[in-house]
Amino acid sequence: MADLIGKDFTPPDVRAKVTGAARYAEDFRMDGMLFCRLLKSPMPHAVVRSIDASRALAMDGVVAVLTADEVPPQPGPSNNILTNEPHFVGEPILAVAAVDEQTAEDAIEAIVLDLEPRGFCVDPLQSLRPGGPDARTDGNTFSRQDGVFAHKWSGSDFQSVTEGQLPEGEPTVEWSYGDLESAFEEATLVLDESFVTASHAHHSMEPRTCFAYWQNGKCFVHGSTQSQAFVVPGLANYIGIDAEDLVFIAEYCGGGFGSKGSAYPVMAIPAHMARKTGRPVMMRISRAEEYFLGAARCGFQGRIRMGFRSDGRLLGCDLYIVQDNGPNTGFGDLGSAAGAVSLVYTPEAMRFRGVQVLTNTPPRAAQRGPGQNQIACAVEPLLDKAAGELGLDRVAIRRINAPDSDSLYGSSRGRITSAHLVEALDLGVERFDWEGRRARSRQRNGSKIRGVGVGQAYHSAGASGFDGLVRITPDGILHIHTGVGNLGTYSYAATARAAAEVLGYDWENCVIHRGDSRRHLPWNLGQFGSNTSFTMTRTNYVAAVDAAEKLKQIASIRLGGSAEDYEIRDEMVVHRTSPGARMSMARAAQWALEMGGPYSGHNLPDDLNDMTRRSAEALAGTGLIGVARDPRIDGTVPALAVGFIEVEVDVETGRVEILDYLGVADCGTVLHPQGLAAQVRSGAVMGFGMALTERHVYDARWGLPGAVGLHHAKPPTYLDVPIEMDWAAVDIADPDNPVGAKGVGEPLQGCAAAALLCAISDALGGHYFNRNPIVPDMIVNAVEDRPSATRPLATNTQ
Amino acid sequence: MTDPDTVLPTISARERPAGAPGGWSRREFIKGVIASSATVSSVSYFGAGCAAPLPAQTGGVERLLSLQVNGQTRRVDVAPNETLATTLRYKLGLTGTKIGCNRAECGACTVLIDDMNHYACSTLTHRVRDKEITTVEGLESADGTLHPVQQAFIDELGPQCGFCTPGQVMSAVALLRSNPNPTRAEAQRAMSGNLCRCGAYDHYLNGVMRAAGATTMTASVDGGEG
Repeated sequence: MADLIGKDFTPPDVRAKVTGAARYAEDFRMDGMLFCRLLKSPMPHAVVRSIDASRALAMDGVVAVLTADEVPPQPGPSNNILTNEPHFVGEPILAVAAVDEQTAEDAIEAIVLDLEPRGFCVDPLQSLRPGGPDARTDGNTFSRQDGVFAHKWSGSDFQSVTEGQLPEGEPTVEWSYGDLESAFEEATLVLDESFVTASHAHHSMEPRTCFAYWQNGKCFVHGSTQSQAFVVPGLANYIGIDAEDLVFIAEYCGGGFGSKGSAYPVMAIPAHMARKTGRPVMMRISRAEEYFLGAARCGFQGRIRMGFRSDGRLLGCDLYIVQDNGPNTGFGDLGSAAGAVSLVYTPEAMRFRGVQVLTNTPPRAAQRGPGQNQIACAVEPLLDKAAGELGLDRVAIRRINAPDSDSLYGSSRGRITSAHLVEALDLGVERFDWEGRRARSRQRNGSKIRGVGVGQAYHSAGASGFDGLVRITPDGILHIHTGVGNLGTYSYAATARAAAEVLGYDWENCVIHRGDSRRHLPWNLGQFGSNTSFTMTRTNYVAAVDAAEKLKQIASIRLGGSAEDYEIRDEMVVHRTSPGARMSMARAAQWALEMGGPYSGHNLPDDLNDMTRRSAEALAGTGLIGVARDPRIDGTVPALAVGFIEVEVDVETGRVEILDYLGVADCGTVLHPQGLAAQVRSGAVMGFGMALTERHVYDARWGLPGAVGLHHAKPPTYLDVPIEMDWAAVDIADPDNPVGAKGVGEPLQGCAAAALLCAISDALGGHYFNRNPIVPDMIVNAVEDRPSATRPLATNTQ
Repeated sequence: MTDPDTVLPTISARERPAGAPGGWSRREFIKGVIASSATVSSVSYFGAGCAAPLPAQTGGVERLLSLQVNGQTRRVDVAPNETLATTLRYKLGLTGTKIGCNRAECGACTVLIDDMNHYACSTLTHRVRDKEITTVEGLESADGTLHPVQQAFIDELGPQCGFCTPGQVMSAVALLRSNPNPTRAEAQRAMSGNLCRCGAYDHYLNGVMRAAGATTMTASVDGGEG
């Protein structure tokens, strides 16, 4: 074996990033290219009565106007390419192409747009009130089964609760397991808290710029996406072509965090405009536009009742989530949140109820730990409150409820592949000196008080059933074709090493093909959902095993014996008992070409995805082809993470300074230590922003967004994070992965955000904030025992 | 709805100088200059409209600047309101300088102007006509040797998505030119104008400190001082 797993290496794309040679979508140019700008809705909800673009079209340099009538309509309430009924401020209504960007923008100013304003909603709870505002004309809520429909709670639902308590009207989704009533009866302590978690933007550094042109009937698109192969079918559909007629190039992506995981409709605008004008079209998206038509994390207005035994064991949990779904299909954060609660705290009985309410705010999409990380922020501080009331250590209450590999997930009580949260907690306690720091907590120095916190989070971390494709060319080089995408975690490369490991290859003799349809890539899942490490080691493994079998067969046919007599080591196929019978990879690849059939890729397995088949057919005859579909597995692959943090809270200013942080990952076998270290630390940085600063703000009267710049909902800077952060991993193999790996990207954010919120509460004597992010005025008011400046349960407007 | 603060102030408003509507365009003028004297090397960046017949070339010559970029003199036509980020990316083909916000919030466009790091998105090109400009493309030696900061960022796996990386590199280079032996806290402060949404600050700081060590060692070898 090559012994590559668990070793650091230099990913092949990193040099181009430090030299500026890496080309993102906006860095491409073409002769005759046009620039495209968008006319966007100035209203949160309106209907287009008329568009008069005659003056614009008469302007020098203006080439074309593209309206919603010229692009494929999307079935409501999906996100639109262009629309005649915008449902949020900044939704694109039409596009203008001109010889340069300023001319396009000037032309947009010259367009006479007549909009009829419609009712709108920015706060989900308001929409559930009888007679409350509806985000769409056909209703105010959404479910995946029933689409958009009207759903209101009764007046008595609202009157039956005390101020600050979430009413619990009729849900639109519900599940439960166990005997909840008995669990609460048996409980020593029952906590009942309502909470708000904010919606917030993704803040990807690269706006979602897109460049497209047509050549010989094929559409070429340079996009900004986390994923590669997974984007193709959806984008082809938005453009209105077959997937094989789309050449998609996304070698680099300047950040996505879930917002660029799949094809998104506005990506199709340059392609449609290029078809209409017959010229290449570049559509730059501005920073401000990212906050309109980019995406956002779903916010929650929720309520949770938790019943604990005296030793801290969670007996029953009753969770209700009202999800801010944005105007369209949104994302399934609420269900994921409930699943996370079922696994991280393993309540013996649980009920989940929820409703996805539509608002005229930006479309929601997955954002790192969608659902799981919001609920970690709400529940982890509540565990601390329970620990305080029961006289328990805050790690101990987590330990007693933590899952192990026999725990079950969600309403289906499905199996999980492995969970080592207790090991992660124990590792962190020792490495962070939890006992020592806890002894120092709540110490005051002038206006500053110390606090320590621990937080946990979960996300599913792997999938199965996708294809792998490798190739050994007659020069002996191993080519690993990967369709996963390049989000910047380097997992595309770390997982490719699984193939090299199987085939005993020196990493220097491997080449990764990625980032461009023309490189003949297999059908792979997108780079999202913390899945890559698990999913792609499996696909690369099965392809390499297929190649290994073929190598052994070739050796046995040419050198005698049976395939089982041979093994692969040091880039040679060697007879186990007669080592003199050996064949180099280069020679075996030459034989594969002569022998043809499955060896050269001319006969392919029947179960391949069409994309993989096309790629393998294109590569047939270039070397020995290893190609296979990864068999599906049952069960959920859990990624778990724990954060430990120490802070200093200034009770006069409300400023929080983070002094130290340790993140611990349960991600199976560590594939790439340096890459994991980067993820543990940097995920925490994003978590700090989630806990302290990032939120949407809307003008309640006009529905206009107030957070449309980086500094309006500020992501952390160098000065907002500890000067050094520590990391660790439990490094216990997952049994369902050939190299033991699981993903972990998402909970690394949630555990840090939760730990930080817990540490602030700790510094303030255990105060439970019913809202996050915790902004300075909340801290100052809590210290002074004054009521919060924000209305209980209100969201988006303050 | 327009978004004027983020429209690329590029190849655009200054196409038609005030008072000359419908007259020659800047692009056509440039095309003529290129055809006649190879002012700029990157013809393809002026793709659109190039097919138009060339009109008479009159006026506008004062917009032709000589910029010192990465040790080379680059002749380029620059509008009065054009930002350095635009000139670098769209006229000189130096797309390593990224535009992340176009309003001095993120630092992805950071370049050196006389060894000091500046946001190129908020610097008018005309203001730097007598300065030495260095972009990320100008750091690598002719033989392919990377600048110690670039090499250290690779060794410490600084970049994640990579979009902020050129700016981070340039701020680190600026720091080490003014302070070859920074403390980690000094480096943290010096780098604080460069946002990284991936949150890779720890690894970038590791890179800065590693590069500082490398730079110091080189200096001590070269200069014979300890």
